[in-house]
Amino acid sequence: MRTYHRAVAATAIAAAMALTASACGGGSSSNDSGGNSSPKTLTYWASNQGTSLENDKQVLEPELKKFEQQTGIKVKLEVVPWSDLLNRILAAATSGQGPDVLNIGNTWSASLQATGALLPFDATTFSKIGGKDRFVSAALAAAGAQGKDPAAVPLYSLAYGLYYNKKMFADAGIAAPPTTWDELVADGKKLTKDGKYGLAVEGGNGSENIHHAFVLAKQHGSDFFDASGKATFDTPENVAAVKQYIDFIGKDKIAAPGNAEYAANQSLADFATGKAGMLMWQAAASSLKSHGMKPEDYGVAPVPFQTAGATGAHAINSMVAGINLAVFKNTKNLDGSLKFVNFMTSAAEQKTLNATYGSLPPVKDAQSDPAFSTPDLKTLAEVLAKSAAPLPQVPNESQFETLVGTAMKELFAQAASGKDVTTDSVKNALTKAQQQMPAS
Amino acid sequence: MIARLRRIGLPYLLLLPALLLELLIHLIPMIVGIVMSFKQLTQFFIRDWGAAPWAGLDNYRVAVDFDAPVGQALLHSFWVTLCFTVLAVGLSWLLGTAAAILMQDAFRGRGFLRAIFLVPYALPVYAAVITWSFMFQRDTGLINHVIHDQLHLTSERSFWLIGDNSFTALVTVSVWRSWPFAFLCLMAGLQNIPRELYEAASMDGAGVWQQIRRITLPSLRPVNQVLVLVLFLWTFNDFNTPYVLFGRSAPEAADLISIHIYQSSFVTWNFGSGSAMSVLLLLFLLVVTAIYLLVTSRRRDAADA
Amino acid sequence: MRKPPPPPSPMAQPKSFIWTRRIFLTLLTVFTLAPVYVMLSSSLKPLQDVQGSFRWIPSGFTFRPYIDIWHTVPLAKYFVNSVIVSVSATVASVAVAIFAAYAVSRYRFKGRKFFTVTVLSTQMFPGILFLLPLFLIFVNIGNATGIALYGSRGGLILTYLTFSLPFSIWMLVGYFDSIPRDLDEAAMVDGCGPLGALFRVVVPAAVPGIVAVSVYAFMTAWGEVLFASVMTNDTTRTLAVGLQGYATQTDVYWNQVMAASLVVSVPVVAGFLLLQRYLVVGLTAGAVK
Repeated sequence: MRTYHRAVAATAIAAAMALTASACGGGSSSNDSGGNSSPKTLTYWASNQGTSLENDKQVLEPELKKFEQQTGIKVKLEVVPWSDLLNRILAAATSGQGPDVLNIGNTWSASLQATGALLPFDATTFSKIGGKDRFVSAALAAAGAQGKDPAAVPLYSLAYGLYYNKKMFADAGIAAPPTTWDELVADGKKLTKDGKYGLAVEGGNGSENIHHAFVLAKQHGSDFFDASGKATFDTPENVAAVKQYIDFIGKDKIAAPGNAEYAANQSLADFATGKAGMLMWQAAASSLKSHGMKPEDYGVAPVPFQTAGATGAHAINSMVAGINLAVFKNTKNLDGSLKFVNFMTSAAEQKTLNATYGSLPPVKDAQSDPAFSTPDLKTLAEVLAKSAAPLPQVPNESQFETLVGTAMKELFAQAASGKDVTTDSVKNALTKAQQQMPAS
Repeated sequence: MIARLRRIGLPYLLLLPALLLELLIHLIPMIVGIVMSFKQLTQFFIRDWGAAPWAGLDNYRVAVDFDAPVGQALLHSFWVTLCFTVLAVGLSWLLGTAAAILMQDAFRGRGFLRAIFLVPYALPVYAAVITWSFMFQRDTGLINHVIHDQLHLTSERSFWLIGDNSFTALVTVSVWRSWPFAFLCLMAGLQNIPRELYEAASMDGAGVWQQIRRITLPSLRPVNQVLVLVLFLWTFNDFNTPYVLFGRSAPEAADLISIHIYQSSFVTWNFGSGSAMSVLLLLFLLVVTAIYLLVTSRRRDAADA
Repeated sequence: MRKPPPPPSPMAQPKSFIWTRRIFLTLLTVFTLAPVYVMLSSSLKPLQDVQGSFRWIPSGFTFRPYIDIWHTVPLAKYFVNSVIVSVSATVASVAVAIFAAYAVSRYRFKGRKFFTVTVLSTQMFPGILFLLPLFLIFVNIGNATGIALYGSRGGLILTYLTFSLPFSIWMLVGYFDSIPRDLDEAAMVDGCGPLGALFRVVVPAAVPGIVAVSVYAFMTAWGEVLFASVMTNDTTRTLAVGLQGYATQTDVYWNQVMAASLVVSVPVVAGFLLLQRYLVVGLTAGAVK
């Protein structure tokens, strides 16, 4: 009986090893850099940018037809929902079985760059798509680690702005939107009454928390990673930045305690329905509209600074948000892929697509188009051009988002349930997060 | 001779399809997973696993170093998961058993009620759990509306999705999702209890409650043995419920191990360390299962004798 | 093979039992249906009201979401995919499980314990770590043989059918064990082979168990999210994943998520309603011993 077991186990393991070996080996053999063996077709994974997956298809397909007419290359489009995109890319990178061209969230750039699955945009490659200088530099900085060839090029860009409810401001006697955080808190206190609040925050959403903590830290002159890519979460400046954000619920009480658990865009709904007077958001126009708020009811201003007239490194008031376009390294149609990148980043396509999606073109030639000169987009474009910085472009960016985002969520929970959030408790939370970062 | 060969060969032949499938879909990937746990499989290497450097026991060492934050967090999450699993399985089983027994005899509306009770099982996870998260919202949810606004049980609206209450919320949703399954299995199990047993007991003057205790529950033992074990394993590894309820970052009080492993493999792209944690869990669950099977089988043998 | 429903219990039910039953089942119904009610009422609200304060009777009311759901995502296509995948996986899984369970229940052969324990141990490994290896294996099988498992319904069917196998086998072994052996022996004496005995005696007697296991296998395939999110593309995507398509970049259409979930669940619940009577057609009195 026992020998039998052993025999079965041995056979199973042997079979498994054989298959594993072939599995791993097979992956790598197809991982060599691509070529041009199938020059007439391309597969393109687009991220969801419009109001629905179907809407994206309707937007993109006519453009892909144009590309086919110009080049004779047929593009097979799949719009991948955000919930699946990263896992699909991961599976593609692991197996070598993926699209030729794909959209990625720009904060993933450095992580994906580290896998080596994406084609680096070196000088030669850039020359094939019209050069590096066509792109807005802040947006290009969010396409890979500093000092390396970008792993992608920017496609759609966004920035944070301060949305404010004009009527609530007028009723509270506030003449102009705040330009410093002190003013914002003061205005917030004026607005906070009768069950309404000054500011809405998405406290249960780790990524949102990170975006704001990042900007506040920059304004304090600090960063969450040092130049070598090592985590520096608990510097006094970072602690102050995180505390400042948590205090909107805690000490300042200008945001409703309930915001601490918001993770499903409830803060947007609260702003749209007049429950809160201010909101920091990226291009919110179409969402606000679908929540029933008219464009003339709100204004958009740059997110405040620590002091009026801040300059240099302190003058950052948004992360560079956006979508990048990348080429899968083992594409079977390298030339076609680059032609497609060139096409998608051409001034004409940039105008059409960004105008449709309500985002900003990261390509300089396209920016002057009147479609981007509505008051809100003009404000955001200026932020993007002058005072936006990319989130840390390090391979461990997602750990940072998870760990610090979660820590901030816990701090919000404490603040909302009436516990004191002190400099020490913030520091402890950040130290704990930092210690969980992998050493690299 | 041929007949004999056929007799010996038949069970293996019957098992063959199941074996092949298990091997392809479950066992080989599992063995690959175990191999992964000894590798330094970060995003720098996932394109070519063969080239990933061997990590020896490093991944394990990090996971079980309970003085360091990573190990501490894992241990904490392990206890949370254990408490959560015991509570959720216990409650699901209790509800399932009670409902199955109470609905054993025909009454008006029984068929309808049976279908109703399977509804949580039929609704897509994503939508069902999102709905619960709406209900648990502090300012606008049904739960606080009932407890605070209508019954005035609490002096203040409580948070359910963040802070310590999140554990309660998680258990509630998990029980809601899994008790119908217990109900389904037990209901089917009840059908195999011969009615004569009840009739005989009834002749002996046993009341309903005594019949339940003396006949129904013992007869369900074989079904229960599998059901409780499988519920335990599933609940322990449940990923969808906490993920949809809390998103990528669960509150500390409800930080389940599955989310933890997801974070240390998919979110951070370190499959070596995620695999090592999984292998440790596998070992733990194997031990629990072995003990469980030993104890329950012995009890069953004793009961049969 | 339909049998009359069992007669009402011969024993007199005391008042305490009836009242316990009433109260308990009422509470359980409330617990079960409360989220369904919230779903229903949310699905009938305009988007801006969905996240508003909960009221038992909603103020706004619209059927719009039930029309929009078909355009926001290709719901009908996802539904068809899910039905094909789930039904195929269920049928195959139950068939494979019946054979395996019969072997384990009726034969004492070498490796029996080993098989059952190994199968059970697969339930202990977190699914998320199967994902990448399995994906790799599928891709390699595809490269080697040209059988496209990745991205196809076939691969998903194969995966799901195996997911439900361990529990199905275990559960069916339990049900088969409770069917007296005398019955198959009698059939074999009458000239049936072992397979004849399986299909003429054991399977009919185990209908409730088989139905329970089928429901389980179906729901496993119907509700699986993680593997489907990686193994499908836009032509093969299933409902469980597809529903997340209502959460778009600009908006999350909560009312449509709820409406779509309810719409796609109606056929499933209707199926339960039809099946539930087979859950109770067990051994009729007198058939045993």
